[in-house]
Order: sequence, then C-alpha cells, then structure tokens
Amino acid sequence: MSVVPVSYYLVLSAILFGLGVVAFVFKRNIITIFMAIELMLNAVNLAFVAFARAHGQLDGLVFVFFVIVVAAAEAAVGLAIIITIMHNRQTLNVERINLLKF
Amino acid sequence: MSVPVIMFFACAALAVLGAVLLILAREPIHSALALVLVMMSLAVLYVLLGAEFVAAVQIIVYAGAIMVLFVFVIMLLNAGVEERTDFSKFAKYAGLPFAFFLLLLMAHWLWRAPAGAVIASGPGAATQAISTRGLSTQLFREYLFPFEATSILILIAILGALVLARKNE
Repeated sequence: MSVVPVSYYLVLSAILFGLGVVAFVFKRNIITIFMAIELMLNAVNLAFVAFARAHGQLDGLVFVFFVIVVAAAEAAVGLAIIITIMHNRQTLNVERINLLKF
Repeated sequence: MSVPVIMFFACAALAVLGAVLLILAREPIHSALALVLVMMSLAVLYVLLGAEFVAAVQIIVYAGAIMVLFVFVIMLLNAGVEERTDFSKFAKYAGLPFAFFLLLLMAHWLWRAPAGAVIASGPGAATQAISTRGLSTQLFREYLFPFEATSILILIAILGALVLARKNE
C-alpha cells in the first residue's frame, strides 16, 4: 500500500488558498470575488480532512461538514446581496461600488 | 509511483489548474466552470483520503447546489466580460510585500509541520476511526447542538435572501 504524506495535502491546500487570495485581490467582478472566497473555503476544507486523516480523528470531518453548510448559507445571502447591488447601481465592478469609500 | 500517488498528483494538478483558470478567465461563467473543476478534483482527493461522505457532500452541495446558484445569478444578471481598472497605489506598494511575507509565513509553518506524519491512501486503507458511521455518531452525539444551530442558520439565510432579493414596492 503506497502512501501520500499529509504534508503534500497541506502544500496543495496552501497553494489553493494562496490562489484564492490572489483571485480575491485581483478580480474586479463581485461574483468572481465571491467565488474566490469559496475557493479559499475549499482549501481550508482540504487541510481539515488531511489533518483528520493524519490524526485518525473525526472532528475535522465534522468541521468540514459545518463549513460546507455555512458556505451554502453564505452563498444564498451573498448572491441575494449581489442581485440587490446590481439593481441599485447597475454594475458588478467593485471599483464602481464606492459609496462608502473616502 | 503507485496508483494513489499518481491520482493525488493528477487531481492536485487539476485543482491548481482550475484555480489559475479562475484567476485568468475574463468571463464570470468561465470562472464558475473552473471552480467546479477545482471542487471535483478536491472530491477525488477526499476519496483518496478515505472521507467518502465528505466527498459526496462536496459534489452534491458544493459542485451541485452552490455552483448552480452562482451560474444562475451570473445568467440572471447577464454578467459579461469584467472591466480592467488600475490598482490603487496602496495595493501596489504595500500588497506585494505583504503577500510575500504571508508566503514566507506559510512556508515556515509547513516546514515545521511533522514531516514524518504519513497517511495511508485509498478507500481500502480507511480505518474504522474515519468511517461514515463514526462521522454520523460524532455528528449526532457530540455535535448535536451545533448541528441543530446550523438548521436555524439555514432558515435565517433563506429569509435573508428572500428579503434582500424581492422587488422594492
């Protein structure tokens, strides 16, 4: 039986999280920025599962379950907010949603 | 190189490729499809880690429900090519060093992680401790209260989404 070290999964998780941060910072479309948040959540989930496997404990999997549930709720509310923004300002570009910017 | 190792590297490459495509794509719908690619590869990785239930939830809830919601909103709002605008000076001069610092910090922590921690791969290698049966026992005994709290959270989210998305009269 061959093995994959847990550190490989952690490195992959870190890479995905980093790419999520990059997408969050560089993208200008508010929907894509929201997707970047989902990408970061996925990266964290991978780290949780890898640690749960490495330590043989189930708490990590339960946390992943809760993260997915909260992400679903967050997606519902967030997309509703995006629809409201689109109705009010007719744009999805975050540079133009600057009412509270000083 | 055995099958689990090859599977790991193939899925890891697919996931990273999807993440890069998400960044490079100009159209939000392309970004959404790239994100589906990432989630599917992660589901395969969960199976490799022996967490079948999480893999199923990943596909059904993440790649299914949440991404359909995203695609639906993209279609509804008719989101096209995003405009490119200049970055702020703050992002240019403070963001880059900070990102580098973050990278160093992560590398440091990963370096310090126990390198000897090795895990068996493949569904057949799953121990009793990480099975779906054990997960359900844990979820409905020790984490029963948080589990019930999430149902209220979902209810609040539904109500919030309804209130936010309805037409102003």
